[in-house]
Amino acid sequence: MVILGTKSDAPKTRGPVDSRGYRIFRIVNTVVLIGVVVVTLFPFLNIVARSLSEEAYIITGKVSIVPRGFDLTAYKLLMSDGLFWTNYRNTVVYTVVATLISIVLTTCYAYVLSKPQLKGRGVLVGIALFTMFFSGGLIPNYVLVTSLGMKNTIWAVVVPNAISVFNLLVMKAFFESLPSELEEAAAVDGLNTYGILLRIVLPLSKAIIATMVLFYAVSFWNSWFTAFLYIDQQDLLPVTVYLRNLIAGATSAESAAADADKVQAAATLEAVTIVLTTLPILAVYPFVQRYFVRGVMLGAVKG
Amino acid sequence: MTSTLRPPPPAPPNSPRQAQSPAPRSPRRRRSWRQALRRDWQLYSLAILPLLFFLVFRYLPMIGNIIAFRRFKPGGSIFGEYWVGLRYFRMFLTDPTFWEVFTNTLVLGTLTLLFCFPLPIVLALMLNEVRARRFKRFVQSVSYLPHFLSIVIVAAMVMQLTSVGGAANQIVGLFAGDPVAFLQKSEWFRTIYVSSEVWQTVGWGTILYLAALTTVDEDLYEAARIDGASRWRQTWHVTLPGIRPTMMTLLILNIGSFLAVGFEKILLLYNPLTYPTADVVSTYLFRMGFQSSNFSYAAAIGLFEAVIGLILVLTANLISRRTVGTSLW
Repeated sequence: MVILGTKSDAPKTRGPVDSRGYRIFRIVNTVVLIGVVVVTLFPFLNIVARSLSEEAYIITGKVSIVPRGFDLTAYKLLMSDGLFWTNYRNTVVYTVVATLISIVLTTCYAYVLSKPQLKGRGVLVGIALFTMFFSGGLIPNYVLVTSLGMKNTIWAVVVPNAISVFNLLVMKAFFESLPSELEEAAAVDGLNTYGILLRIVLPLSKAIIATMVLFYAVSFWNSWFTAFLYIDQQDLLPVTVYLRNLIAGATSAESAAADADKVQAAATLEAVTIVLTTLPILAVYPFVQRYFVRGVMLGAVKG
Repeated sequence: MTSTLRPPPPAPPNSPRQAQSPAPRSPRRRRSWRQALRRDWQLYSLAILPLLFFLVFRYLPMIGNIIAFRRFKPGGSIFGEYWVGLRYFRMFLTDPTFWEVFTNTLVLGTLTLLFCFPLPIVLALMLNEVRARRFKRFVQSVSYLPHFLSIVIVAAMVMQLTSVGGAANQIVGLFAGDPVAFLQKSEWFRTIYVSSEVWQTVGWGTILYLAALTTVDEDLYEAARIDGASRWRQTWHVTLPGIRPTMMTLLILNIGSFLAVGFEKILLLYNPLTYPTADVVSTYLFRMGFQSSNFSYAAAIGLFEAVIGLILVLTANLISRRTVGTSLW
């Protein structure tokens, strides 16, 4: 396996002494990069501050990154909302089931595609690749899923996007990089294809499988549109659609400027929901980030 | 897709099966298929479920596009009732709203391409000049973060930031301006949309460039320096040509998704007040399909969009292969 990126940290000294212009450039460069960090982080800090502030301060535009009028009412309000937790649980269930299905299908197909001597391999690769550049489109997909009776079931969320072609190519590239001698030796010892895959290949592929699990899990955790399209029952929705309904409702309420009680805490409640839905991602992000980077590069090196 | 970063690793050593003389062509082709099936049936069996997935959830909808040419009745056959020819295509081609949303799509797509394609290159080049490892890694980690957020969360954040009491209006307030309801103003939509795209995608977009930068040959810099090239000229004449294959590949991919401008994000952010600039082909067909229940009409628009998308990728790929010798396949 080619692991890129480890070298990228080596500083390049291209000249014995930096010219004055280059020294100035480096200072400007550092300042701009700090600016990038600030701009990237500001929305997060802003939302956290808003979630902890009193509604009155938010509406009058007094909250930036420090909470004003520290107030946890909105958190309590959301914590006691049964629907929010039901939807949150749905997200977890959908993510786990969808990731499982995706991993099994992707691994099987990628393994098949990685066998250079297989007859018809080109066709099998083509079938997958073509879908990257041409898709049936929203309406036919909707008609299909509906006529399969998958509406308002978990299957509408977990099945139609089971294989990501990008992930498939990443896995295929990884399997191709494994030494074929091992599998040949196992075949000589009498293992059949399933045995080789389960007992030789998969144990060697733990790292890539972990990466794929992350790729799929994050994309299913974040997805909202399929559920929005195919699920009408509130208690089956994932939390992303809960948030979507909240912000869609909030904007219409804002423009109507009525409904005093609900609008009272609308902005804070939105902020709290954002914080609570983002939290799991932020919590695992520092630990898994490098696996993502590695996976992306593996895919690009040998797409 | 051919390698984007470096030449592909050497082909795996010939397996014994490959070493066999290739089967003679046409006369024995049937038999060799039978042989292949007998020998590799277990491998083929692993492909059955994934193939079923592709056929049902990817290729069947492609065929389902046939309803663009047929009268479709909800609840009836998924392939429609009877032929109506090009009626639905004529309908949208003569529909002024369609051309409005088509123009919006082109404008938003162009703006996105103009900002979201070059900025990752610039950021990657800047990061490449950083010598403090920790600082570099910190900037990278932070800039990748927005990529992992759900579009719903990004949209919700945008709404909060641009709301009347939000951060954007606090800046307006600094210059003693009156608060603006940004998301209700069609003249602000493009700015908001493109900024949020930049915020979410630029950091993550640097990964491939940073990887490509490490593969640029050090000797070239050495040679350039001996020739008296300044840092700036080294970047221009060595670094940029070095990452050109990556740039071209990503450009082709960007052009391919040109028409598919952030459908989900627009769906979350737009409202009737901002339709004049925010409504794009995909959101228009979404409303036609699901609010007006005009499935055939919407399918016709969708098919048109998909075909143009395909043509765009193929053209970009062809031009790229002819001019710089990089292509996706």
